[in-house]
Amino acid sequence: MTKSNLPLTRRRMISSLAALSGAAALPMPAWATGNMGRHGGAAVGKGIHELSGAKIDLHIADGSFATGGRSGHAIAVNGTVPGPLIRLNEGEDVTLSVHNMLDVDSSVHWHGLLLPFQFDGVPGISFPGIKPGARFDVPLTPRQSGTYWWHSHSGLQEQVGHYGPLIIDPAGPDPVKYDREHVILLSEFTPMHPHAIMKKLKVAEGYFSMQKTSASDDYPLSAEQRRMWGRMRMMPTDIADVSAPTYTYLINGHGPEDGLELPYRPGERVRLRIINGSAMTFFNVRLPGLPMTVVQADGENVQPVAVDELQIGVAETYDVIVTPNEAGAFAIAAESMDRSGMAQASLTSQPGRKAAFPALRDPPLLSMVDMGHGGMDHGGGGTEPAEPMDHSKMDHAAMGHAMPADTPAGGHDMTAMDMSGGMDMRDTSLLPASVKTGPGIDMVAMNPQDRTGYPGLGLDDVPHRVLNYRLLKSLEMDHHKRAPDREMELHLTGNMERYMWSFDGKKFSAVGDEPIRFGHNERVRVKLVNDTMMAHPIHLHGMFFELVNGQGHHQPKKHTVIVQPGSSATFDVTTDEPGDWAFHCHLLYHMHAGMMQTVSVAFPEGPA
Amino acid sequence: MRLLSASFAAMIVATPALAQDHSQMDNSAHQMPAAPEAEPEVDHSKMDHGAMGHFRPAVDPVSLPNSTSGPPNAADAVWGAEAMRASREALYRDHGNMQIFWFQGDRLEYRARAGDDGYLWDVQGYYGGDINKFWFKSEGEGSFGEPIEQAEIQALYSRAIAPFFDLQAGVRQDLTGPERTHAVIGIQGLMPYMFEVDAAAFLSSKGDLTARVEAEYDQRITQRLILQPRAEVNLSAQEIPELDIGSGIDNIELGLRLRYEIVPEFAPYVGIEQEWKLGGSRDFARLAGEDPSVTNYVIGMRFWF
Repeated sequence: MTKSNLPLTRRRMISSLAALSGAAALPMPAWATGNMGRHGGAAVGKGIHELSGAKIDLHIADGSFATGGRSGHAIAVNGTVPGPLIRLNEGEDVTLSVHNMLDVDSSVHWHGLLLPFQFDGVPGISFPGIKPGARFDVPLTPRQSGTYWWHSHSGLQEQVGHYGPLIIDPAGPDPVKYDREHVILLSEFTPMHPHAIMKKLKVAEGYFSMQKTSASDDYPLSAEQRRMWGRMRMMPTDIADVSAPTYTYLINGHGPEDGLELPYRPGERVRLRIINGSAMTFFNVRLPGLPMTVVQADGENVQPVAVDELQIGVAETYDVIVTPNEAGAFAIAAESMDRSGMAQASLTSQPGRKAAFPALRDPPLLSMVDMGHGGMDHGGGGTEPAEPMDHSKMDHAAMGHAMPADTPAGGHDMTAMDMSGGMDMRDTSLLPASVKTGPGIDMVAMNPQDRTGYPGLGLDDVPHRVLNYRLLKSLEMDHHKRAPDREMELHLTGNMERYMWSFDGKKFSAVGDEPIRFGHNERVRVKLVNDTMMAHPIHLHGMFFELVNGQGHHQPKKHTVIVQPGSSATFDVTTDEPGDWAFHCHLLYHMHAGMMQTVSVAFPEGPA
Repeated sequence: MRLLSASFAAMIVATPALAQDHSQMDNSAHQMPAAPEAEPEVDHSKMDHGAMGHFRPAVDPVSLPNSTSGPPNAADAVWGAEAMRASREALYRDHGNMQIFWFQGDRLEYRARAGDDGYLWDVQGYYGGDINKFWFKSEGEGSFGEPIEQAEIQALYSRAIAPFFDLQAGVRQDLTGPERTHAVIGIQGLMPYMFEVDAAAFLSSKGDLTARVEAEYDQRITQRLILQPRAEVNLSAQEIPELDIGSGIDNIELGLRLRYEIVPEFAPYVGIEQEWKLGGSRDFARLAGEDPSVTNYVIGMRFWF
């Protein structure tokens, strides 16, 4: 197909943004010599500096981060937040050397990378972690290409800056044609200690929301609807557990007040490599006036889809092409899903020229569909389009119920719902025996629907094109697609009030030594049923799965899938990467509360 | 170009698929039909969906090699079990087994009223995990210039028994009046419609059975301004003359507090609380020359950490 330009050119572009923003300094020797200082120590820079070559060194150290008049402790890698862009070439050997200069254990997980499990970077599952002062070398020969990222898997370090982008350039020609690229790494900063955040979440439901219902709000809720939410002991505003103003949303480490500028020349095809490296935030990404063409999802090329906005879950990546033909400045607006704040950068043809940013839109509300009562308005009656459109294989015995997808993209019409009460929000008899019921489950989705066609909360009624999972078709056709050998169903469970999160009602702390086991090279269909009112970005380490989104032999490969509230999502996975892998909700505090499991893939030679 | 040729190829192979009569397919067969590598551009309306089976495993998972058993921890074979142990223990502990300490001053208030003004404290807290906690409570009140009128402390084992409720059992020690220790059993949690309730029965070392039910509700006026109606009822199964308690309903308190959350952890408030002694307790109060109906104008603070 088409060819990309030279890597050299790209690199020049990447580094030019640092000069343009005037905020990022080249890393100083201080970080490499361990003189960053402890908490409140040396000021850290902002990303993104690029590293490449056969040996790449990452130094993890404490520092102090500031944006928008706020400052606090950060963990910087090579002196910046985010850490450096690691740029690799498919098929070329590299050694990633991680130096831990903290006074606590640390780690680096290479998010989305295929590699031997012992180098995956999850302390307690793949390796023992990196002790203070120690170095850990990861030998890697990339056997994939695309946009990825890396982050700590130790404690809550990811919240405080221990993350960065990772790009693998393809060995052959890149099917994506572009003249310039920019990494758009979305994250959050807060001066609040992550353990303090965790405790507040545990003891005070709704602590961080300043958008709760009240006697003086102007939410479009009737008195009856308000009573219904109260009766359920749930809040329709429970959309983001942690949000602004506690969080300042960042692009490449720059808060809105930092005025990050990313250059372009009119007429260029600009590739934006959007990475959601945040701890807890789904973002609605758009560039008003500039359509985006999605060309890659989670590092895997997809057939081009033109959209005006997309919602990106935590840990997902999307590569989009924008083509600004006129000189000027375009807003890169990444609004948090609960619309409490926005990460901002200007895509500008002229240094100093800033874009006008759109105002935050009205906060959305959860609906009864998000409570697992989907389909009540169109008589779905318990049908569940597990594989909505893929009838091409003709192996119907291996498919779900045979109803074609009639789930509307939104299914979000609150007024059409029966709000009159009498519904059992927690009918545990609907759960399979594998789910342990108890205080950790406050809700059971009565009629969970496959909502892979849903664009994300608050984006089903915007007057422009929005991405959804069913629009994703892999670029390459999968000729070797196998019918699943077996199916498993896994329930995402939780209790908002107690802030308990788990798979199948069992926290990781309770079932750590009972992993989810797969044979080697099994083909498994995994249906995730979300029995909670929050969207969970579920991430499988070590293997890509194919999202069952009705695209047949073009099912997109992903490493992270959003399971919408009260809904289901299904993926097929070929378990061809032996070893133990982490499998978890990528909302950091959900994982920390127990929404995690080990996936154990047998070795081909059998048990050791 | 690659794209175009791929979809062209797909269209070609899709043709035989379209020609099939789907309603005649044997859906119970597990083997894949002769692989039509097709795009999903199939006319669904012609398919007999009702005749299709639910998804079933094509292969018995137990018969698959290694799918249900294997080495307990793959990393042990690489790094050694000893090297992995500490990190694994930390991993499990850090992902779901967090222990929390919480302390709340629910009501710490000055009470202006006819006669001597008074004060009240009502605090609680816990230490523990999601299911099992050590819970403590203390409340007391009095009038300035007089000995403390009533004070108690409770130490309870609290266990989550339902999504919104904890069962609590333990002891209560009265710190004023005649020597009394009580066994306590109660529930605390969140009722439908968001009412916080705390109901407990007390069996004293003298054999007296009493009970207390408290309920409160937070009505947000704004994100920070919160109106809290509160009700408390004390009950007694028998007359307890030495405590001036009659049998039946001992007293009822109805309060309304308006607090402003400077931060959620700290909120000053003003309010009003009306207390009535009823039945035998009212008679005891009158005999002692006290007014069985008292109106308190309160100012206080609510905090937690």
